[in-house]
Amino acid sequence: MDIGTFAIQLLNAVQYGLVLFLVASGLTLVFGILGVINLAHGVFYMLGAYLAWWLTVATGNFAVGIVGAFAISFVIGLALESVFIRRLYGRDHLSQVLLSFGLILVVDELRQMVFGRDVQSVPLPEWLSGSLPLTEVLNYPVYRLAVSLLCLAVAVAIFLVIRRTRIGMVVRAGAENREMTRALGIPFDSVNRYVFAVGIALAALAGAVIAPISTVYPGMGDGMLILSFVVVVLGGIGSVPGAAIGALLIGLIDTFGKVFMPELAGILIYVLMAVVLVVRPTGILGKREV
Amino acid sequence: MQPLSSRTHLALLAAVVAAAMLPALVPDYYVQFAAKVLILGTLAMALNLAVGFGGLVSLCHAAFFGLAGYVLVLAAPEYDAPSLLLTLPLAVGVTVLVALVIGVLSLRTRGVYFIMVTLAFGEMLFFLFHDTPIGGGSDGLFLYVKPVLAFGETILLDLDNPVTFYLVALLMTAGCWWFIRHLLSTPFGDALTAARDNERRALALGIPVFRVRLIAFVVSAALAGLAGYLSAAQFGFVAPQMLGWHLSATALVMVVLGGTRRVAGPLAGAFVVTGLEEVLKYFIDDWKLVYGLIVIALVLVAPGGLQDLARLAGLGRRASTPALKLKEANNVG
Repeated sequence: MDIGTFAIQLLNAVQYGLVLFLVASGLTLVFGILGVINLAHGVFYMLGAYLAWWLTVATGNFAVGIVGAFAISFVIGLALESVFIRRLYGRDHLSQVLLSFGLILVVDELRQMVFGRDVQSVPLPEWLSGSLPLTEVLNYPVYRLAVSLLCLAVAVAIFLVIRRTRIGMVVRAGAENREMTRALGIPFDSVNRYVFAVGIALAALAGAVIAPISTVYPGMGDGMLILSFVVVVLGGIGSVPGAAIGALLIGLIDTFGKVFMPELAGILIYVLMAVVLVVRPTGILGKREV
Repeated sequence: MQPLSSRTHLALLAAVVAAAMLPALVPDYYVQFAAKVLILGTLAMALNLAVGFGGLVSLCHAAFFGLAGYVLVLAAPEYDAPSLLLTLPLAVGVTVLVALVIGVLSLRTRGVYFIMVTLAFGEMLFFLFHDTPIGGGSDGLFLYVKPVLAFGETILLDLDNPVTFYLVALLMTAGCWWFIRHLLSTPFGDALTAARDNERRALALGIPVFRVRLIAFVVSAALAGLAGYLSAAQFGFVAPQMLGWHLSATALVMVVLGGTRRVAGPLAGAFVVTGLEEVLKYFIDDWKLVYGLIVIALVLVAPGGLQDLARLAGLGRRASTPALKLKEANNVG
């Protein structure tokens, strides 16, 4: 492999890892802070892609599609939290699994009633559809670079909010010790709904930005859900830096696995997960006690 | 759990004999439906050994179910009837081996990690059959001739006959119920439930928690494989969806609906869920919407399943005593 091809694969791997991080960070935050395992997370990735497609085609403006998908999912998230998810706090995992399974069926069926079951594609605007010359013969699409940059910016924003703001402080305290945070009178429960809404809005954002380079189809959330679970298991539950490491690892392994050993690429991720489970069952950055 | 009494054995025998009368009373369609319920009920009972009695919420049991079905179809000769005596042990054996590997890895984790890891390994098997040519890809594979049990030239059992098939499924379900019920009345069963209720205390008592859980997980996978074998034989067809986690989640719905504290509960859950699905599909185009809402309502209104529903409807026995309730509350989670 020459250096140009390697650079392109590396860029692809990082871009894939960053998108995966957007989805997985929401999942890990919702679990780490609310203590809720949300199987319906992947369905919002799919919904984000459909919303982006619908808004882009309706308004003719791709930026409206991206922002709209994020905003609409955020509002849906707030509504779902106050109607359903709130009742799951402190319930056993089995109930959480079942309720989110029910949510998947409902959201998926509603999507089908509103947007249909057809495979769609999102047109790219003129200014994003070019490509940059890397070497004399190799080009890299501008849009993929833009996706990486956007995801990176969102990742930095997540870190800044968690590390540097008051809300982030409450979130960190809640993730550390829920009962103690409540006992100290910190308004932790009112932060919950925003954490949940941001979590699924991030998944929808990932689906929206990926829509132009993949196709938009009903089952697209399922694969992403499994991958983000693997990311969370790799990185450690509740750890956002862990999710970043896990997502980039998977991006690299999946991309280069497909280049070097295409038959085994699908299995490699699970081999990695098995290795991490043997060496560190609580994940790379997870707490020792679960 | 209490050892099986002779009264329970008589009741089981009576139930099996009564159920065996079904083909004489109703048209073939209902016999086939009943066989499907028995197969899914066995899957749910097997799953409940891990979930309800072991406290291990597994999302990969459909993968074991589907894997055994695939082994049957792959091992079957193309135009001849596969031998039941050969393919059934093979299918269950392969499932046991795979469950052993997945179990050893995933049982290193607890709680929500365990759910995620089993889900991931289950999907690994799904993608193995979905994306590679070994299992016919996303189209699945057909089983042209159903398995038979033959001695020399005489065919003792031909699974192609719907009534024979139903009776075999009935025997399997009754056998699984008896086996799980018996297993739970042994010291092993006590160790398993003790580890579920309080892992630290169980460890302090000297119970080898990891090994006990691993055995329960593998046994429950083997029984799920048994059900999957029969499912493939019933429809003469296997597809990757059979291994997918949506089926695992549906089996969990059956388990919770039927009640996790009784061995036969999930069988009742399977009957209700499968029946509901048939009825909804028949009357409503967007039946999954209604089904999803029912699942959500189940979790929010009647987390105890059918027993809760009966109580809500004012039927059946009075709510359990406060002491029992407290015990139940402690067992959850």
